[in-house]
Amino acid sequence: MTLLGIRNLKVYFYSEDGMVRAVNDVDLDIGEGETLGIIGETGCGKTILGLSILRLLSENTKVEGRILYKGEDLLKLSEDEMRKIRGKEIAMIFQNPLSSMNPVLTVGTQVAEPVELHQHLDNQNAKEKVIEMLKSVRIPLPSKRVNEYPHEFSGGMRQRAMIAMGLICMPSLIIADEPTTGLDVTTQAQIVELMKEVLKDSGTSMLLITHDLGVAAELCDHMAVMYPGEIVEYADVRNIFKNPKHPYTRGFLDSLPGRGLKPIPGISPSLINIPEGCKFHPRCSYATGRCKKERPQMKKVGEKHFVRCFLYD
Amino acid sequence: MLTFILKRMCLMFIVILGVTMMTFLIMHFTPGDPAEMIAMARYGVDDLTQEDIEWIRVQEGLDAPLHIQYIKWLNHAIHGDLGCSLINGQPVLSEILVRFPATIKLAAVSMLVALIIAIPVGIISATRQYSLTDNVSMMGAMLGVSMPNFWLGLLLILLFSVHLGWFPVCGYGGFEYIILPALTLGTGMAAITTRLTRSSMLEVLRQDYIRTARAKGLSEKVVISKHALKNALIPIVTVIGMQFGRVLEGAVIIETIFAWPGIGKLLVDSIYARDFAMIQGGVLFVAVIFVIVNLVVDISYTYLDPRIRYEGVK
Repeated sequence: MTLLGIRNLKVYFYSEDGMVRAVNDVDLDIGEGETLGIIGETGCGKTILGLSILRLLSENTKVEGRILYKGEDLLKLSEDEMRKIRGKEIAMIFQNPLSSMNPVLTVGTQVAEPVELHQHLDNQNAKEKVIEMLKSVRIPLPSKRVNEYPHEFSGGMRQRAMIAMGLICMPSLIIADEPTTGLDVTTQAQIVELMKEVLKDSGTSMLLITHDLGVAAELCDHMAVMYPGEIVEYADVRNIFKNPKHPYTRGFLDSLPGRGLKPIPGISPSLINIPEGCKFHPRCSYATGRCKKERPQMKKVGEKHFVRCFLYD
Repeated sequence: MLTFILKRMCLMFIVILGVTMMTFLIMHFTPGDPAEMIAMARYGVDDLTQEDIEWIRVQEGLDAPLHIQYIKWLNHAIHGDLGCSLINGQPVLSEILVRFPATIKLAAVSMLVALIIAIPVGIISATRQYSLTDNVSMMGAMLGVSMPNFWLGLLLILLFSVHLGWFPVCGYGGFEYIILPALTLGTGMAAITTRLTRSSMLEVLRQDYIRTARAKGLSEKVVISKHALKNALIPIVTVIGMQFGRVLEGAVIIETIFAWPGIGKLLVDSIYARDFAMIQGGVLFVAVIFVIVNLVVDISYTYLDPRIRYEGVK
């Protein structure tokens, strides 16, 4: 069953330097209980894609297409209806938990907010629920720590609290934006373990936005590789790693320390000056004249494996 | 917290010492022979003799070198004795304590006026940046900042007292007397505080935790009042502490315009009469109040921002 379906999603806004095309014709599906990873370099529009689902982008940003959640187009909902989705149906876990938590409110207050709002729990019940949640994300001494402030938490503990905040209403979908970025490696591993476990226990679907292939490999069922604003390859995790098709995906994998640490030549284009045709052609060693003029379409190359490249025509 | 307060008290003492020294020096370098001025004030200009002037000079210790005069005064002040008025012989301290409530009343009501205007307007401006409301209130704030408050005071008297007759022109009494002076003092402060509230709020609204709050499904009202306001208040409270100093300073002029019997008016009258003891005592008193208000502001940070904890205490 498809939980979230994104159809022809376009997100763009105007900046001083010109129009920023952050998301271009993205189509994606997330099934119930599935984890989909969006992989891409910094600045490829993956965070904007995540924020556009919850409609958290600023008002001057244009969002076109359809975002179907349980069959309903989120882009057509009123602001009030949308508020009932946020935190309750779809929750978001942000990167950098220090800046994403309010410094002047206690962790307990912040974690409790979604249940107080959506399940109308009173203070006492909400607090019990928060303690239970903090315990389930393995925060030691939860009944003491609910009264502490974010700055009194370590980085890993803060991210655990963020996860608790996201999961407390038992949403159907979690959007996790770089949940392990900025944490040290051992803490990263613990957070990944924890997320794996809570996802399995709750049956929650997740859209994981990351540039960290290791984290994605651990958590995802399917992966979508994003290159300035569009999906260039979509496959299950095994195929992405074992049988990558798109030259960008291959380059991305080869740049991993375990696979030779070879960088992709050139730099990724800004979202303002996106090349014509295939967006990867200036950096691609297989590029032909056709790649410069024509935009390739998604092509099926295997069971649930799609790629946007003329090499497979 | 106690160590912090004690440390601050020591610093306060140094600040206050500096203030008294400066006042003392400035007073003695103002043109005009103080003994002569005092003699004129006491006996009138007509039958003033050189002997009278010299007698006053010796009597009031004005013949001693400056530093001796200062140390003598300081010694008395530390023992709680601010001396007596050189003009009418009344004890300085009791005179100040009589006048003090009027000034505090004026200052408090002015600050209240300022905050009641500034915080809501600043918040609305920030949440509707570049809207008509925002532009109008920022223009109003600009006007408020650039208007000298003695001039605004005179305009208000002209409009509301002389033409409309709604409020008394000046004087001290019931509620109707305080409105115009408080409005005069409050608008200048409101203007600065509105701009600050707006910019502080805009800064806070850009923060990641505001996005987190929205992602929970909280309404904009809750996001602003619960998540943004407390963060935005931190710089505002700092400025309110300093603004209090401006209110005391502004009170000197406003109390004179509105014949408000506070410390400000007392100071102005004393300066005209070269009543050194009264000036020195009055300035000391105002400085102490200002320093205490700022200490209170610093302590209130700990309640607003849990990240601030003063040495030794969690």
